[in-house]
Amino acid sequence: MSTVTNTPVPDVAAPPVGKRRRRLENHGKLAFWLLLPAAVAVFGVIVYPILRTLLISFFQVDSVLAVDTPFVGLGNYASALASPGFWASMGRTLYFTLTSTALELVLGLGLAALLNAPMKFRWLFRAVVVVPWAVPTIVNAAMWKGIFNAEYGAFNAVLLQLGLIDHYQAWLGDPFTSLNMVIVADVWKTTPLVAFFLLAGLTSIPKELYEAARLDRAGWPRMFRSIVLPLLVPSISIVVVLRTVEAFKVFDIIYGMTRGGPANGTQTIAYYTYVTAFSDQNYGVGSALSYLIVMVILILSTIYLRVLRRSGMSLV
Amino acid sequence: MRNGRRNSVLIHLAAIVVGLAIIAPFALMVIASISPQSNLISRPLQWIPSTLYLDRYQEIFTGGANSVGSAFRSAFANTVIVASGTVAISMVVAILGAYAFARLRFRFRGTVLMIFLATYMLPQIALLIPLYLALSALQLLDTKLGLIIVDCSLVIPFTLWILSNYFVTIPEELEEAALIDGCGRMGALFRVVLPSAKPGIFAALMFSFLLAWDEFMYALIFTSSDASKTLTVAISEFAGRYTTDFGLVAAGGILAALPPVIIAVIFQRYIVSGMAAGAVKG
Repeated sequence: MSTVTNTPVPDVAAPPVGKRRRRLENHGKLAFWLLLPAAVAVFGVIVYPILRTLLISFFQVDSVLAVDTPFVGLGNYASALASPGFWASMGRTLYFTLTSTALELVLGLGLAALLNAPMKFRWLFRAVVVVPWAVPTIVNAAMWKGIFNAEYGAFNAVLLQLGLIDHYQAWLGDPFTSLNMVIVADVWKTTPLVAFFLLAGLTSIPKELYEAARLDRAGWPRMFRSIVLPLLVPSISIVVVLRTVEAFKVFDIIYGMTRGGPANGTQTIAYYTYVTAFSDQNYGVGSALSYLIVMVILILSTIYLRVLRRSGMSLV
Repeated sequence: MRNGRRNSVLIHLAAIVVGLAIIAPFALMVIASISPQSNLISRPLQWIPSTLYLDRYQEIFTGGANSVGSAFRSAFANTVIVASGTVAISMVVAILGAYAFARLRFRFRGTVLMIFLATYMLPQIALLIPLYLALSALQLLDTKLGLIIVDCSLVIPFTLWILSNYFVTIPEELEEAALIDGCGRMGALFRVVLPSAKPGIFAALMFSFLLAWDEFMYALIFTSSDASKTLTVAISEFAGRYTTDFGLVAAGGILAALPPVIIAVIFQRYIVSGMAAGAVKG
């Protein structure tokens, strides 16, 4: 220790002004070079497409090779907002987002508590829990499509053998039912990740708090409400923001399970945009739609962060 | 004491029930992949296969040219190459960037970090058409390299976030000692920060591998032949084509899920330690 104080090392607490400025400058230069590769790899790929898509959204483009592409201003946005398909898919996206996020949070919280509980073979339990999250989304979709199959699905078989139904049902045959089945598949895959995320929050709660509460003879419901929930708010809010963004972008699981059908019943906003741009070859409106998605996500994230900041749980 | 004992029994019971419920759908898929077709379509469903039927796996492993097997095998090889390429590039690039975010003071630090994270809000669909045209102009359409390049843009913001959150938690004093010893910033990064950031590195590795292996939309639009088609696209094609043969889809699905599942199970303890840091400072 004494050797350090004796050597003429710049005093970290109060560096001379000139020296400090030079250190800042040096950092800037080094930071630039360290961040350059990441910036090139990310923005080199996305900046041109973002601007190009914005541009296309102001023109009427009916095919990739279209020559005659008149400028329509905000016309594509107007026609997107005026189409009933847009609002219907928005409604489904909202339903999907609220239902799946709520289920994942509630189940995830329970699962996190169980993951945190002392038990034998905890590693085995954790290994089992991690499996759904690791299964690729497309495999997950194919799996649930098979389970819900109307002819040979295991879901039908279980319900029939338990006597809950008297004949096989087409679980992916009705628009609203199939949307719920897609939610089941999504919840199965995503709940483990949510649980692990909340577990990370749970493990950071000091043990003394529980002990103090126990001395005060607080019961489990009370401890959950007064200690666990408030301290988990940051983790929960991150989960809510991330899950909302994911839900507005959801595509693979719908493509794999239902292709947006039946009768567009599982067509969420991202899938609707995909159909408009690629099946209907309406690139102008498709581009406008993708910008509408970005705007909705931005607005929602801003509201979330605002609410968080007001409640004093700010993270950023 | 008695209460504690009862609680412990309850906890174990709950863990067994929940564990079985979680694994059941996956177990069903495993059983379906080794059951003869006649078992799968029987009513009532025959849950335990009458014979061990491995023909589907045999077809996938040994099927000749133009078979399901050869399409699957090339997709598997492509996915291995694309995922490892993406992970390698993302890790190197993100380690450098994360160090800058965690340790260096520079102007617009917060803003730059926010811009990187904000890319996560962009739906891939918003970039598809111009990216398609750009890749085609660069003759990177239907190539593994093209896919690696676009996948990196998805993965890097994630790895940057995980790693910079983790690097922040490493005590700066460790590094100061190295700096005083004349290591230089880069020396400190590689000799001090990286060795003590193992949980964060493993978490980032696992997340980036799973993300890259799972990627679907870019692969769907940018690949068209066995030269670059990945597993997710191949499986979705199987599922569309062999709607009556769930066993085959299940066998392919299990093989496609195996690498990420094995990696996630091996590295599962780093999910929490890698993310615990992330939850502290967003």
